[in-house]
Amino acid sequence: MKTLIRPAVTLFILLSIVTGLIYPLLVTGIGQALFPKQAAGSLIERDGKPVGSRLIGQNFTDPKYFWGRPSATSPYPNNAAASSGSNLGPLNPALKEAVESRVKTLREADPGNTAPVPVDLVTASASGLDPHIGPAAAEYQVARVARARGLAPEIVRNLATQQTEDRQWGVFGEPRVNVLELNLALDQLPAEQKP
Amino acid sequence: MMTPHAWLLLGLYLLVLFVLVKPLGIYIANVVEGRSWALRLGSPIEAVIYRLGGVRKESKMGWLQYALALLLFNALGVFAVYALQRLQLWLPLNPQQMANVSPDSAFNTAVSFVTNTNWQGYAGETTMSYLTQMLALTVQNFLSAATGIVVVIALIRGFARHTAQDIGNVWVDLTRVTLYVLLPLSLVFAVFLMSQGVIQNLAAYQDVTTLENATQTLAMGPVASQEAIKMVGTNGGGFFNANSAHPFENPTPLTNFFQMLAIFLIPGALCHAFGRMVGDIRQGWAVLAAMTIIFVVAAVATIAFEQQGNPLFAAAGVDQTASAIQAGGNMEGKETRFGIADSGLFAAITTAASCGAVIAMHDSFTPLGGMVPLVMMQLGEVVFGGVGSGLYGMLVFAIMAVFIAGLMIGRTPEYLGKKIEAYEMKMTSIAILVTPLLVLGGTAVAVMTASGQAGIFNPGPHGFSEVLYAFTSAGNNNGSAFAGLSANTPFYNVLLAIAMWFGRFAVIVPVLAMAGSLAAKKRLATTAGTLPTHGPLFVTLLIGTVLLIGLLNYVPALALGPVVEHLMLWAGH
Repeated sequence: MKTLIRPAVTLFILLSIVTGLIYPLLVTGIGQALFPKQAAGSLIERDGKPVGSRLIGQNFTDPKYFWGRPSATSPYPNNAAASSGSNLGPLNPALKEAVESRVKTLREADPGNTAPVPVDLVTASASGLDPHIGPAAAEYQVARVARARGLAPEIVRNLATQQTEDRQWGVFGEPRVNVLELNLALDQLPAEQKP
Repeated sequence: MMTPHAWLLLGLYLLVLFVLVKPLGIYIANVVEGRSWALRLGSPIEAVIYRLGGVRKESKMGWLQYALALLLFNALGVFAVYALQRLQLWLPLNPQQMANVSPDSAFNTAVSFVTNTNWQGYAGETTMSYLTQMLALTVQNFLSAATGIVVVIALIRGFARHTAQDIGNVWVDLTRVTLYVLLPLSLVFAVFLMSQGVIQNLAAYQDVTTLENATQTLAMGPVASQEAIKMVGTNGGGFFNANSAHPFENPTPLTNFFQMLAIFLIPGALCHAFGRMVGDIRQGWAVLAAMTIIFVVAAVATIAFEQQGNPLFAAAGVDQTASAIQAGGNMEGKETRFGIADSGLFAAITTAASCGAVIAMHDSFTPLGGMVPLVMMQLGEVVFGGVGSGLYGMLVFAIMAVFIAGLMIGRTPEYLGKKIEAYEMKMTSIAILVTPLLVLGGTAVAVMTASGQAGIFNPGPHGFSEVLYAFTSAGNNNGSAFAGLSANTPFYNVLLAIAMWFGRFAVIVPVLAMAGSLAAKKRLATTAGTLPTHGPLFVTLLIGTVLLIGLLNYVPALALGPVVEHLMLWAGH
């Protein structure tokens, strides 16, 4: 046993330095050199100020913006310093109530719209920070956003279509729309397009 | 039902995996047998390590010394991870001033990361300093993975050697596996992850002002370096609470595909390394085939159950159909960029392997969709399994399978030319029975005590499933969770830590004992009476053995949880 202590302690310390200090700092260095923007969080700036990360969903409640996935982070939605899903089980009455109340909110914000509600608009994302919605969820909101902004629905729809990403390399993941980028694009629409 | 896209994804995944398994398997075999080209590059570094540690790399170890050394090395890991958490407030690289972690949580996390479980009672971005993430947790991501790999290498040597007294030198094995296998793979993977948007910095959390004029605080940190080894080493402990669902850990479907590949990469490659090292590559392919068949069934089942959706949503006027413009299905606890196919596939992979990373919240899966991950863990983490641990677990089942076959045909069982005798069967029995004992015993204690019941989040049978899942995950060193369970309490922290420690080392020690005993035996020549262990017949027998033992142990518990819940959910629909 005694003969094992010296190699155990030495190896543990040396391998800790290699894998716990040298390796992560080397990766940090490579990140700064090759991918500085990504390594810092893919921040989006408007007028020189960071307005968010293109990877992190924001909470939108104003009818003139597209809304993202519901978020179960606490103490408030889309808390990017405390990611979390709801962890509600499929049979939990609280889940049923949450979904029904989200459906109601969407319907009230857009009384004329009787289409069934796309599932991703009324279910909490896994991270609570999902930056995307599906194209169906965007289409569902086009009429509401257009009305709130006094725009023709086609303009809003075209913008949403432009912002739609297909499956990566045609096979990976799902088609999706980045909600923050879409809303930024909406805010940047030139005034003369408004009827 | 599986969509055509889901079939395509599964097929592509297996294709790319099988292309990579062989070259990496050859490389790993060469590294541990001391004849890889990479060893020449690293020999100066190795020489320094051995000189400082007083290691003579020619000296060989018997199984007992090998096992004691590993236990000592891992015990040091527990102390270090515990100490760093308890002292982090006074140490550098803590821009958010994270407080020192409580004793019970620090103990749980220390055991968790040392045993390659990576169960997390804490939330990373609100608990751990950057130094703790790097020097405590990232280190154990490497060293626990290396531990698993060297154990299976020792067992393979037991089969490959002829009347030998030793099973290798543990210090050399640990060093080489870390330096030549885990580090280079992680480095390449980390750089790729950053290119797609995984963050890597040491900055304080970043405040931004959102479009609706609220302040959003973005958690930061050295994520990519940890994320890479988290997947490559089948560790699974997230930098953030949401694990690989967090967009900073897993930003794109492409990073997700490679994360899934990284989980099965070394477990798959080790099967090929095994075949090469015992001198018959068909033996490796047979084990890999058995693993793959069970895995495919699990993946298809998970995806199909999740795509089916939740009947309660349909009643609320929600559209869950899959189409060109939405993934549909049960999207509670899932990310839009991954949808159902990737989420279901990932869930099957992460629980077939003892990874435990998640891109979707398993607690919110449909009852049967969530039962598949439970079952995959309960089979003993042998379907690919953890790096090293999956293969040594599967080889234990292979020994059990030839034993059962031997009883049926009335011959002394042999595997790979080694006679399987009473000593091996005793060790096999211990290795197979210790985890069900921990899982079912722990679950029983938790559901019968007030402190155990206090952690339950969801009502009804799902609450029981949460507890069963926690002990299943801990005892089998997976680390994923039905995360609604409030497990960061002294009760769960201590009990789950015990399950993790013995689930790991009460299997490793008998496996090493078996390695020593097998190494000492003669290798018998194959005769007409030898049961071939490389054909479809043996693959079927092996699958049957794994399923039979798993099901006999766990069917009653599963009936009380997910099965009852499924019947309740669909009653009247």
